[in-house]
Amino acid sequence: MITGTPKPIEEILEMVEPYDNIIVAGCHGCVTVCRVGGEKEVQVLASTLRLAREASGRKIEIKEVSLERQCDPEYVELMRPYVEDYQAVLSIACGAGIQFLAEKFTVTPLLPGINTGFLGVTERQGEWAERCQGCGDCVLHLTGGICPVTRCAKSLFHGPCGGSVRGICEIDKDVKCGWQLIVDRLKALDQMDNYGKLKPYKGWDSARHGGPRRILREDMI
Amino acid sequence: MLPCTGRIDEALLLKAFENGADGVMVVGCLEGDCHYVNGNIRARARVERVYAILEKIDIGPDRIRMYNLSAGEGSKFAAYANEFVEQILELGPSPINVARTTTAQATSQEEAA
Ligand code: SF4
Ligand code: SF4
Repeated sequence: MITGTPKPIEEILEMVEPYDNIIVAGCHGCVTVCRVGGEKEVQVLASTLRLAREASGRKIEIKEVSLERQCDPEYVELMRPYVEDYQAVLSIACGAGIQFLAEKFTVTPLLPGINTGFLGVTERQGEWAERCQGCGDCVLHLTGGICPVTRCAKSLFHGPCGGSVRGICEIDKDVKCGWQLIVDRLKALDQMDNYGKLKPYKGWDSARHGGPRRILREDMI
Repeated sequence: MLPCTGRIDEALLLKAFENGADGVMVVGCLEGDCHYVNGNIRARARVERVYAILEKIDIGPDRIRMYNLSAGEGSKFAAYANEFVEQILELGPSPINVARTTTAQATSQEEAA
């Protein structure tokens, strides 16, 4: 899922300062699962903003909505009938969802209520960790299911490097060396021959290095 | 009244303040004694989150508090309720109610003029 963290309330209050009526828009997708942008978070944020604004002497009117997904046009369109009745939309979906709203509703300012994080997993309730950088050319079959692009701080393809000490990465004592994890796992799977099969170089044109990406599935159009 | 404090969430607690409460007292069962295993522990975590929110938006964190009691401790409940009421009386009306009173006074003065 795409993860994120709430923006500090002070920052959000500053963003909404010019407005007297706004929409707070959540998303039932990833951000609901990582408890930062779902229906409950919409209620809490809207209440918080109303209380803060009323206490400061200038009330704000808020419409609370939660779309199934903010990254799909059919759900975004559901907001069209009323979006222009409000001065701004504060979205707590991921950056993709927020931008999609901005793209569809061109005369309404869009404000981000969360800081979007990464593609990751829930390690336990309240703790998420990065697992994939969407490089567009997956090598997990050769690396024991552990991503070298993400789990190695340097995204090396032939690690571990000299900074790996007893399984720990030199960048932080709490970060495991991704390559040590890969080698240990390959050994456990009896697949060390895969280590030699890694590509001589990885093309990064399918990653962010080639600019904003697009997936076109002719079979689905 | 809720069958378990585990049903309480941050939105409900904040709503109470929006509806004009000067303080909110959450009373749950004794820790370790929840019929739903950890409803009261979850409630405490949520109360703490609301405490932090109220602090940040200057409504005042001391306007919310969680107590734990067993169903048989009637006199303790009364003592806790009195203690909390004292605390809120000392704090005075919440900034929301202060703002509402000021607005209402301004409107009635305008109407009179
Ligand atoms: S808008 Fe973002 S958070 Fe919501 S479903 Fe789409 S990708 Fe996930
Ligand atoms: S190799 Fe690329 S696609 Fe595969 S998990 Fe790593 S970043 Fe994601």
